[in-house]
Amino acid sequence: MADQAKLWVNRGEADEDGEFFEYTVPAGEGMVVLDAIHWIQQNVEPDLAARWNCKAAKCGSCSAEVNGKPSLMCKTRLSDFPDGEAITVEPMRTFPRVRDLVTDVSWNYEINQLITPFTPPDRPQSEWRWQQKDGERSQEFRKCIECFLCMDTCHVLRNHETDYEFFGPRFFVRAASLEMHPLDQADRKEQLKYDGGIGYCNINKCCTDVCPEHIKITDNAIIPLKERVADEYYDPVRWLWRKIRGGRYGSSADGAGIAVSEEAAALDARAEADAADTSGSSGSSGSSGKGASAD
Amino acid sequence: MIETRPHDVLIIGAGGAGLRAAVACIQAGLSVGVVCKSLLGKAHTVMAEGGMAASLAHVDDRDGWSTHFRDTMVGGYRLNNPRMAELHAKEAPERVRELEEWGAVFDRTRDGRILQRPFGGHTYPRLAHVGDRTGLELIRTLQDRSVAVGAQVYQEVIITRLSMKRGRVNGAIGYRRLDGVPMAFPAKAVVLASGGVGRAFAVTSNSWESSGDGHALAYRAGAELIDMEFVQFHPTGMVHPAGVKGLLVTEAVRGEGGILRNADGERFMWRYLPEARRDEYAATDEEARAWVDDLTEGRQSSHRRPPELSTRDNVARAIYTEVKEGRGSPHGGVFLDISYLPAERVRTKLPSMYEQFKELADVDITAGPMEVGPTMHYIMGGIRVEADMGATTTPGLFAAGEVAAGLHGSNRLGGNSLTDLLVFGRRAGEAAAEAAASAKAVEEFSKRFVDESVKAMFAPFERESGEDPNRLHEELQATMSSLVGIFREESDLREAIERIEGYKERWHGLRITGPRRFNPGWDLIFELRSMLTVSEAIARSALEREESRGAHSRLDFVGMRDEWDTVNVTTARDGEAMKVERKPVAELPAELAEHVQTAVKA
Repeated sequence: MADQAKLWVNRGEADEDGEFFEYTVPAGEGMVVLDAIHWIQQNVEPDLAARWNCKAAKCGSCSAEVNGKPSLMCKTRLSDFPDGEAITVEPMRTFPRVRDLVTDVSWNYEINQLITPFTPPDRPQSEWRWQQKDGERSQEFRKCIECFLCMDTCHVLRNHETDYEFFGPRFFVRAASLEMHPLDQADRKEQLKYDGGIGYCNINKCCTDVCPEHIKITDNAIIPLKERVADEYYDPVRWLWRKIRGGRYGSSADGAGIAVSEEAAALDARAEADAADTSGSSGSSGSSGKGASAD
Repeated sequence: MIETRPHDVLIIGAGGAGLRAAVACIQAGLSVGVVCKSLLGKAHTVMAEGGMAASLAHVDDRDGWSTHFRDTMVGGYRLNNPRMAELHAKEAPERVRELEEWGAVFDRTRDGRILQRPFGGHTYPRLAHVGDRTGLELIRTLQDRSVAVGAQVYQEVIITRLSMKRGRVNGAIGYRRLDGVPMAFPAKAVVLASGGVGRAFAVTSNSWESSGDGHALAYRAGAELIDMEFVQFHPTGMVHPAGVKGLLVTEAVRGEGGILRNADGERFMWRYLPEARRDEYAATDEEARAWVDDLTEGRQSSHRRPPELSTRDNVARAIYTEVKEGRGSPHGGVFLDISYLPAERVRTKLPSMYEQFKELADVDITAGPMEVGPTMHYIMGGIRVEADMGATTTPGLFAAGEVAAGLHGSNRLGGNSLTDLLVFGRRAGEAAAEAAASAKAVEEFSKRFVDESVKAMFAPFERESGEDPNRLHEELQATMSSLVGIFREESDLREAIERIEGYKERWHGLRITGPRRFNPGWDLIFELRSMLTVSEAIARSALEREESRGAHSRLDFVGMRDEWDTVNVTTARDGEAMKVERKPVAELPAELAEHVQTAVKA
């Protein structure tokens, strides 16, 4: 590769669009974008704001948009781009800018608190047993390093086209890690439907594409969660049962609203979102209360 | 002008130790503030890969706390604080089980219990793990737990000074990186859980956060540091390409059967096993292979472990020596090979190593060897603490985790640090809570203290001219890596101390431009002050200890010396100077001594 790389780094103060500054950086073998940012900080602009920690794709701090793609800077190699062409580096556009490449991601930490934490069974840990394969579903989601790139790319969040509650991919993944924990006792379906707005996800899989941990966010987390929610709220038998029993949301959900199942993955995304919109607005106000919890 | 956040207990650091301490304080019913330099969940704990050592005896039923205690003491060449090693060995299993109760999803044995893997210096497979991302599991579990129980976390805050009143620590002051606003945290007790010092070295597995802030804050408050000469170089860091030099390659690669070879293809670790412990290791390639096969099949092995599972100090020196004597790999390391195992096994047990090499070095570790070499990884030394409560020598100040010292002696065994965080994080949290509960109301800081501290914070912006902190940082790193590295000698150490004295002078003239809002150059100035303090303590302690033991190797004093068997080197502030003293090692009680039967010397 060339011995120099050209970077256009988008810099700016809080809430500004920012402007691109050009830096020419010496490029050694195996250098990643974060190395180039560090070189700029150490040699040209000590105040260039950027987050990083492990530089090994394990902490998820150095998220940015490199040539427009949400990426970890520590994992994106300069040699992946054509020689001589400038590489653009911008902050994650879904979150408000603090300064330069640093954004305010505090919203994520607030959303996280809405999710019912791990709820263990009522028997001592010494008796807990599960097989490796039974834990692996949860483990896939627990690989998440909270880089928030999935949140950055998710168009429901990114376009701010909504004013409803929406957990976003990271927190569907967290919910899935708990729901699919071999021993977790909580029921988060109501939370996912009302607080989480899971119906609004129209499974474009953009989140899966950018996940540096290669978690199959859409296929393995969101779609199964949608199915659980659909089974709970849109299964005609359960719907009837709630009607008779007079459950909390028993009479408000429209059974014909959305039908999310294996087949739904193939449905037209837009149509599904519209359907979700309908059902979402017909529900009563969101609640973080749990459903019946199994003992 | 300044934001004030009073709490019963202030915890500085949100890695494993800090978060575990926070949970303990909250369970005691107190108000807890946790400050961290990064976002919550990004602390260096996240980088821990291989596992956490606890004698659960799920894989080998011969294991128990006394064997773990013995391994820790022998691995640390008996400079460890025996009470800490005892508490750690006894309580680690309970802390691991507790993590599972809080939602951690460990890998499983065939009978469905927490799986354990072998690691260097541990007699039996002992490390509870999740593939090779155990640290992430630990921190996420504690993060979720501490938030669920109600810890107040102040993210991205740099602490510049501890506050003292009548000889007691009563809080800390600093600034929020996000907007540069000064913040005061008055408290009844403070727990330091700020991690290590790796950033003082050029080649390190540590992140930017590991700048020894806690060590330096405690030192300036008058607390004593101990064992600072013992700096662990992890044997296996990446050496190529240059951009990833120093990045950690987990010991789990060797735990799962990885073989080290030099450029001649020789399995050189056979030559470096200490005579006194040689019979703990396999005698032949065949026996080592049989041990790996048993492990892979999930069987309790009657064979002895491979030579690559010697202690870290020994393996690091072996690799360094091979390279120095001309038998290194093309990029100045040695070869570490796990590709003889089935590819699926490697990808399942070492997923993040597989990714790391594939994406950052274009190497497929299921198809060929990795190139690895030593990287600065951990400091055994730190703040001297009382074993049971983590109390420092300064009232009101507690410490736990890497910033505290004593458990690991002169060399830490892999896997012992994660359980260190849990066992002593909890203990320090409980002790701080107790101290806080018996204290009077939280006191506001005096105006003079606040004014002085804030003025000092902003001083680097006020200077008309001055040096860029990055230059000083580069020089310090070069000095520490070249003169205070794996092998040391008097002339180098004296040279290092002289240079550090010069750096300390230059520190007062550092200047930063730009805004206060998220300015990394500004942060570096305060971190550099911490790095200079710990670097001086390391160099002075290394000069004082005239022998080679554990992670401290003197070219001019080869081998262990009897007269140093019972001596810890301590450093403490004496006015503006650093006082170095020799103090007796905590006594090994007779009932514990019988557990440490293996001779540590030839």
